Amino acid sequence: MNRAAPAALPPSGLPGLDARFSRLVEVRSAGATRTWHVLDNAARLAELRIAPTGTLLCVHGNPTWSYLWRRLLSAATAQAAAGGTAWRVVAPDQLEMGFSERTGERRTLPRRVRDLGELTAELGIDGPVVTVGHDWGGVVALGWAVDHADQLSGIVSLNTAVHQAPETPVPAPLRLALLPPVLGASTAGTPAFLEATLALGHPPLPGPVKDAFRAPYRGADRRQGIRDFVADIPAEPGHPSRPELDRIAEGIRHLDVPALLLWGARDPVFQDRYLDDLFARLRHPSVHRFPDAGHLIAEDVDYASAALAWLDDPAPEATPAAEPPPGIGGAPLWSVLDELRDSPDTALVELAPPAGGAARVVSWRLLSRRVRELAAGLTAAGVRPGHRVSLLVPPGADLTAALYACLRIGAIVVVADAGLGLRGLSRAVTGARPDHVIGALPGLAAARALRWPGQRIAIARYPAPVRRLLGISASFGELAARGRGAALPPEPAPADTAAVLFTSGSTGPAKGVVYTHVELQALRDALARQYGVGIGTGLVAGFAPFALLGPALGARSATPDMDVTSPATLTASAVADAVAAVDATVVFLSPAAVANVVATAGSLTPDRRRALTGVRTVLSAGAPVARELLEGVAALMPSATASTPYGMTEGLLLTSATLDDVREAAVEADGGAGVLVGPPVDGVEVRIAALDRSGAATGEPAVVPGVAGEIVVSADHLRDGYDRLELTQREAAHGPAMESGGRRWHRTGDVGHLDEAGRLWVEGRLVHVVVTAEGVITPVGPEQRIGELPEVARAGLAGVGPRGTQQAVAVVELRNPVRRPRLADAELAERVRSAAGVPLAAVLVVPRLPTDIRHNSKVDRTRLSRWAARVLRGERMTRP
Amino acid sequence: MRVLVTGASGLLGRATASAIRDAGHEVRTFQRRASGVQGAEDLRGSLTEPADVARAVAGMDAVVHLAAKVSLAGPPAEFAAVNVEGTRGLLNAARAAGVGRFVQVSSPSVAHSGDSLEGTDAESADPEHARGEYARTKAVAELLALEADAPDFAVVAVRPHLVWGPGDTQLVARIVERARAGRLPLLGSGAALIDTTYIDNAASALAAALERADAVHGQAYVVTNGEPRPVAELLAGICRAAGVRSPAWSVPPGLARAAGGMVERFWRGEDEPPMTRFLAEQLSTAHWFDQRRTRADLAWTPAVSLDEGFRLLAASYAR
Repeated sequence: MNRAAPAALPPSGLPGLDARFSRLVEVRSAGATRTWHVLDNAARLAELRIAPTGTLLCVHGNPTWSYLWRRLLSAATAQAAAGGTAWRVVAPDQLEMGFSERTGERRTLPRRVRDLGELTAELGIDGPVVTVGHDWGGVVALGWAVDHADQLSGIVSLNTAVHQAPETPVPAPLRLALLPPVLGASTAGTPAFLEATLALGHPPLPGPVKDAFRAPYRGADRRQGIRDFVADIPAEPGHPSRPELDRIAEGIRHLDVPALLLWGARDPVFQDRYLDDLFARLRHPSVHRFPDAGHLIAEDVDYASAALAWLDDPAPEATPAAEPPPGIGGAPLWSVLDELRDSPDTALVELAPPAGGAARVVSWRLLSRRVRELAAGLTAAGVRPGHRVSLLVPPGADLTAALYACLRIGAIVVVADAGLGLRGLSRAVTGARPDHVIGALPGLAAARALRWPGQRIAIARYPAPVRRLLGISASFGELAARGRGAALPPEPAPADTAAVLFTSGSTGPAKGVVYTHVELQALRDALARQYGVGIGTGLVAGFAPFALLGPALGARSATPDMDVTSPATLTASAVADAVAAVDATVVFLSPAAVANVVATAGSLTPDRRRALTGVRTVLSAGAPVARELLEGVAALMPSATASTPYGMTEGLLLTSATLDDVREAAVEADGGAGVLVGPPVDGVEVRIAALDRSGAATGEPAVVPGVAGEIVVSADHLRDGYDRLELTQREAAHGPAMESGGRRWHRTGDVGHLDEAGRLWVEGRLVHVVVTAEGVITPVGPEQRIGELPEVARAGLAGVGPRGTQQAVAVVELRNPVRRPRLADAELAERVRSAAGVPLAAVLVVPRLPTDIRHNSKVDRTRLSRWAARVLRGERMTRP
Repeated sequence: MRVLVTGASGLLGRATASAIRDAGHEVRTFQRRASGVQGAEDLRGSLTEPADVARAVAGMDAVVHLAAKVSLAGPPAEFAAVNVEGTRGLLNAARAAGVGRFVQVSSPSVAHSGDSLEGTDAESADPEHARGEYARTKAVAELLALEADAPDFAVVAVRPHLVWGPGDTQLVARIVERARAGRLPLLGSGAALIDTTYIDNAASALAAALERADAVHGQAYVVTNGEPRPVAELLAGICRAAGVRSPAWSVPPGLARAAGGMVERFWRGEDEPPMTRFLAEQLSTAHWFDQRRTRADLAWTPAVSLDEGFRLLAASYAR
């Protein structure tokens, strides 16, 4: 059958594709002339009289075509026209694909790589080239890169793979497609393969865009290239294209150019292991893994802006802090464990040990020995410096031992809060790609069921069938026995990565935040300075991140009896028992726990009540709590100074306000201008990047009282960076003053202001700012003012409409709750409007405001705004 | 300037003629009935009568064109004759008479195909997708006017949205009348955000467009109070001002639209149908606009707030 067909220009009117970029190019090849359809902005740049600084050579995969790169062509051309870096963008349809010629031949990988070289030669591309590739087009692009190393200036890859390890099978969807009877029918005979690919959009592709991808593949003859491309995947070692794949996979190891890997995590074929493989082959690639994007990442996210911004500054910021600053974090995190290795004093008390029974008391001597034995045992079990170890262990002695053992041998601990929920936890753990998982039964069962990667180590000894079922390779007892008396490996360097902590995920998927040893040391020291915690201090730590630092501080720590997955169930009695167990003078509570502790105060026995009078410092850590709650805690612990700090996973202790500060502020603030979180703690600098009229924090970060803007912070105990989130990393560190002065800065994404006394007030999240035609409204102030109305339990401020001309809308929950959402009646609407202090287009009443899963206290304004937009558009009045 | 205001016997026409007069211009009004505008030269005639129109534009520096057939139903030919041909004739006559400025009073419905509008700016008039004869013919008229824009003939199109105020026989009187009769439906939840224009603000915006015509000609602007409110709140506000009960019963918007479509198709009488699809859409989907360009270009801001407007309306009913 002769399937040959000439090349053609695409039909006009394909969404987002500027037809002026389309051209046909004839290339002489092995005695024949082949015609390519190419998208190329060279002519447009010439019209604009702009000389490009280089070429982006974009290669689509299978079964897409150059249409995939339309946004990059448009964005690059617009950037050039606006005076930015000018890139020529050349995106061909590979032969047999898209609108290029159907030659009737079957193309293999080496042929495709050669084809591409012939095309670039014909086009006269001789300056610097950045290859951009997706899917199997990524392999062809990297093949070109290997063959043109002298011209190559960078690599951008989107969900691609260059290596198929012989021992691991290709992913199931592809295996299926490769079965001979399936192959022909699914790829050419019917458009099944094409349709299956087009169904991978997250969110789904709009119909007209799908049609555009289908346009060149109407009819089985036109889809022959799709079939042949799939058949050319070198899944088996003996495949004819395998040597070429291996050549490319090896060749890219020697390319000394910056590389950017943009990765959609929800790809059924190009899974994370291919990202890991590419990561290991390329020289210091920048990585951004989009948890919500899939195989069609170029459709799912704005990769074009990301790539262009990266190209302007491709070298990732060199990690500073190779040497700890003087006076900071000199001592390693385990130094107290070494110091007190022979002390019989109490280090830990577990009020409700996992094995059941009475409280478990662990001395410094025992803890210190356990950590050393486990450290050596883990080393013997193959845990190496730089390996990632996911800790799925409830707080207590086992978690503490595992944590310090890992830190001591330079393994990186991955800590995700069970409060993320199983789905969030699973995404976090798999995204962090642990080499080992240490867990109790529930964690290991989840690891097995959800196929989280990594060797599985159990904290307890389980029966053989359970071990087999869960794939457990060792228990703590065995490891400690193996490690007994064995030498420890060298200590990690201060600048080595120590931990990946996951954010709450209240604003999108949880992000992995990377800390080095020196940063955790600085955090320990900041806690010690701020709250006077040191060797011998009795500490009840109900807030996970700070609880882990107890032994590093030398504190005698107690873990109260509580359900860790549900901190809101902690009772006053459990806190009192923990206080009594270690004569605690310092108590850290998570904000979710505070309300229940206060609520259960009535059931305290006189003894327990007495125990609480010994507390000198009580802290609601993690998120600021309402004044009434803080008052309640203070009443429980009459000798204590109650404080509420401000921080986030990226900077766990930034400011701290005492109850007295908060009381004072309630008098001072006229009408509520946010939540007072106090002055910066020692060693922290807070600045404000003022908001412009569009609601963007474009101002130079500065200390100007009364100016609202994004809160920007600097401290030695800030995070080092993000895990494989290059774009997030840049976002958090962008701005003129951010690199100056040798300090590291973090943009918090919160808005607020400083007052004359240098105290910080938080006014909400930057993404929740409402940008009206008259100006910018930060949500917390109006919410507080509305919340002061006696009939209102809680209020949320939402913005509807396009930014810049948004309308502000108040949504309230009443003390006497309504059954169904509705518009507020005239009287309530008027009261809310006059209380709000900002113009409100509408006032809605709901049974319950949506709150974020983790804190159950923060109003989920993103969700609220989406709901309000629907309702105020005229759609059905559903619940938010 | 000597300014011709057509359609000055209507609520907006009278207010606009007065505003232009107050700005110190000489005003001539032109319509079938007496305009009743103090201090203006009142010329009566028909927009579809070329001789009348020629007389009206003679000696004028500017035209503010409000005359139109405004209705929710009726024979299509009548809409076309007044709104399209009437505008065409006036444009030609004005240019022939050496008029230099032309403010075409239009409607946001010329660019509206029935979806909700949330913070949108004035898009191009689109006769093909506009809903109802009024919107369709006004869309054609606006395109004609803007096509006629030339260096010596500055055309601006201004689209006030849902004009209301004391003395309004269209929107306010009908709402009040139906509410009195218990026939005012609340569509859906009544939460759709609607932006309206208090009469004085619409008039001052048209006067501002006249002043700024040389700088902003060739463009279309939507004019509103810039204070969208849920439609139920607006209706309740109007009813409260008039001292009648606000609407209580509710019709699902989809059903209302379907019924309205039927009515529109078969209704060719003189009276207004109880509900047409256009009105159903107007009252059940969001209609509010980005006013930034309008305010900046016309150097205008609405002087009367929504709440102040309701107070003035209540005062007028109390008299």
